[in-house]
Amino acid sequence: MLDDDDCERMTPSRRAVLGAAGALFAWSFVPKFAYAAAGSRDPRFLLVVLRGALDGLSAVPPIGDPDYAALRDDIALTRDGPDAALPLDGFFYLHPAMPNLARLYASGQASVVHAAATGYRERSHFDGQDVLESGQAGPGKTESGWLNRLIASLPAGEGISQRGVLGVGVVPPLVVRGEAPILGWAPPRMARAGSDLIQRLEDLYGQRDPGLARALAQAKLTEEIAQRRGMSGEAKGGGGPDSADGMKRIAEGAAALVGADDGPRIAALAFEGWDTHANEGGAKGRLAQLLGGLDGALASFEQGLKPVWKDTVVMVVTEFGRTARVNGTVGTDHGTGTVAFLVGGAVKGGRMIVDWPGLKPEQLYEKRDLKPTTDIRAVAKGVVSELFGLSGPVLAERVFPGSGAIGPMAGLVG
Amino acid sequence: MASPSDARSDSVGLQRFGLGFALGQSAELRAAVRERLLAEIDRRVLPQPAGVPFSGAAEIGAALYAFEDREKLEREARRAAETKVAAAPPVPAPPAPATSQNQVAQPKPANEKPANEPALPYRTYRDEVLARTRLALEAETGFGERLVQFWSNHFCIGATKSNMTRIMAGAYEREAIRPHVFGRFEEMLVAAESHPAMLEFLDNRLSIGPSSPAGKRRGRGLNENLAREILELHTLGVSGGYAQVDVTNLARIITGWTVVGREAVLGFPGSFAFNAGLHEPGAPAMLGKHYGQPGKAQGLAAFSDLANHPATADFIALKLVRHFVADDPPPALVRDLSTVFRRTEGDLAAVSRALVESDAAWTAEPTKIRSPQEFLIAAFRALGRKPDFGQIIGPLNAMGQPFWQPSGPNGYPDGNDAWGSPEGIKTRIDVAAGWGRQAAGNVPDPRALAEEILGPLMSAQTRQAVARAESKPQALALLLMSPEFQRR
Repeated sequence: MLDDDDCERMTPSRRAVLGAAGALFAWSFVPKFAYAAAGSRDPRFLLVVLRGALDGLSAVPPIGDPDYAALRDDIALTRDGPDAALPLDGFFYLHPAMPNLARLYASGQASVVHAAATGYRERSHFDGQDVLESGQAGPGKTESGWLNRLIASLPAGEGISQRGVLGVGVVPPLVVRGEAPILGWAPPRMARAGSDLIQRLEDLYGQRDPGLARALAQAKLTEEIAQRRGMSGEAKGGGGPDSADGMKRIAEGAAALVGADDGPRIAALAFEGWDTHANEGGAKGRLAQLLGGLDGALASFEQGLKPVWKDTVVMVVTEFGRTARVNGTVGTDHGTGTVAFLVGGAVKGGRMIVDWPGLKPEQLYEKRDLKPTTDIRAVAKGVVSELFGLSGPVLAERVFPGSGAIGPMAGLVG
Repeated sequence: MASPSDARSDSVGLQRFGLGFALGQSAELRAAVRERLLAEIDRRVLPQPAGVPFSGAAEIGAALYAFEDREKLEREARRAAETKVAAAPPVPAPPAPATSQNQVAQPKPANEKPANEPALPYRTYRDEVLARTRLALEAETGFGERLVQFWSNHFCIGATKSNMTRIMAGAYEREAIRPHVFGRFEEMLVAAESHPAMLEFLDNRLSIGPSSPAGKRRGRGLNENLAREILELHTLGVSGGYAQVDVTNLARIITGWTVVGREAVLGFPGSFAFNAGLHEPGAPAMLGKHYGQPGKAQGLAAFSDLANHPATADFIALKLVRHFVADDPPPALVRDLSTVFRRTEGDLAAVSRALVESDAAWTAEPTKIRSPQEFLIAAFRALGRKPDFGQIIGPLNAMGQPFWQPSGPNGYPDGNDAWGSPEGIKTRIDVAAGWGRQAAGNVPDPRALAEEILGPLMSAQTRQAVARAESKPQALALLLMSPEFQRR
């Protein structure tokens, strides 16, 4: 029967699900003052996942390392010349396609983590992304994502947990999936259906299908916030999440929702196309275009979140890095260590966060990849513990299970 | 006569294994669905899409290279014209392209296209999408078409990577997938990995053995992209027991599997060729076994072993059951299919038959949300519509599953956590509302249509919702978005 309790895998019982859906609606009608956060800060956290494995050695080239130029050959970046990389600390530079990030770094609103990785040491994109997003120590556990469990670990009565986690895209990223309410949004491509049809489907699903009922309730909630923010529901074409204009529209939409008084405080979105096996390009070319798109998205976050920028952290991560040496086809194959970015007014920025392992053959991981010396989980734990006040044990057991030995990095948030 | 429960399970089966009931189909289709599916397997041959612009990759290649050469000439001509305008003092004229004298003023391609037509790669993609959609709309049960979708996604390529993958996406499915759906897995594997579209999509056409003649001459080398995905996604699965060294060595083994260039040295431009000049010498080991065969035979031997590896049988069985039956696949059914796969050395007709003959595959509750492509085809079948390209690609883009454009080589997802998301469901409602408006004029009575399409699946609540709708368009949208239509 369609209304059996097991219609959806994650559904504990029909009653519980209907309860959750009802609660979601109740929240959307709670007056705004009830949301006021306990402390002085009303934090915003956005996680950007770069799918396909960003080449950290091109995004943030260690031009000061004597072995860099030879390894990178045709795609090496330089500190001078017409397309010079942008200076960070004199040893590390930033790809010339990222002037906004360079500006934010210079003004103390961005930090760069280098030679970083999750605990995953194989080279499958899909397992790598699963580990990154599930927050688990290894692959194969994909029931829920760490941002969802983070929300579920916050005090139940508090505004942040009630407002759920926003996953951008018609297919929500794993990092937001789980028991806690998920809000969804994607740049609109179709004319919106009338509210009467929605109402009738809510009735039908309420009687017949708890899984669909829950999904629709959550979609409706996001729509209400979007309307109050004056976001256009008008359908537009344009590029996808692997194009600069697609990244911009996604970033603008996420910023508008997360910036709303009654909007979600936590969001995740994904940009695609970073798997640069061939003809990666140096200062110009394929990767440069993508980095330019990411840089534009960071500017859109800064703009769209202006009133709350001082309380915002945007964390940019990828599943792993790429080979240190350029491959046979002027690109790079799957590797290990790479970069992560922390951007926002709440970041204690202007810093390279790195324990540089070097690029000599014996210093590379398996003689081929940048060796990871910083665990991404230490960075993520450091940021969310300071933003949301989560304790070490909760982070080590619930949010990032089995990460007790990896302490939260202190001092990332100012 | 079938008992009521049989009638219901037949109707579930039509949606689970096929593409759903189509307007105007005889109600007899609901009887003996299993026998119909088995007969489809026994025929072994699937129809090929009609009305496609090129017969196959070899024919496409010449057209694509000619198109790209022309584009290049036009670009150069445009640049030359701009330079002329920009620079006031006369500049030396650029070398005139050989073809025409009027192209600086009005670039005009050699093979004509009307003003608003898209360029050749996209035009070809459009015609291929239309042709394969038409087949799916006309199919009786649609089981074979569902299997084409499944295997096409398993061995996916991405049309957005380049002109070549865009223009060849349809031909790839026609040449590498469709003929082997009821054939042997090994044949499909070889057809997929040797197809120009795949060699382009996962970069193997650029991969060069470092010690091969070309590698020594040019200082270029391996690209392990295709080799890794063959092991991880196409055969053994990520936990199938291989290591980095196996990836690198398989990459060595398949160096030389490439695409013929415009010079047509090794065959028709754009077709597959084994280029010995790119092939890495030696006998690399994969999974502990050395492959010392000469040339292309080395790769074929490796593929044969991968196709017959037990991990491959397990992986394919799991994916099939997860696709057709449930996100949490019944383990016994997965074991059964894997056993058949091994026993028959990957006879996909036998594996498909085992799936259809299994009672577990019929008695499972319909929990899986139809993928966007399945939803679109089922809806157009139900409404009796003959969509144009925009009516196909627009909704599929919005719902996140346009043909042959997954965001990575792992293909589109296959579970409710992906397709049943809040934003996904909301977008589906928008799409269904549009379809309701477009089709309302041709549907005399939505209540009768709902009875015809859902048959014994229809719940009292859905019947009532359709009957009480405020308008025909709304009634149709409710039918299409009903749990009975959405889940299979």
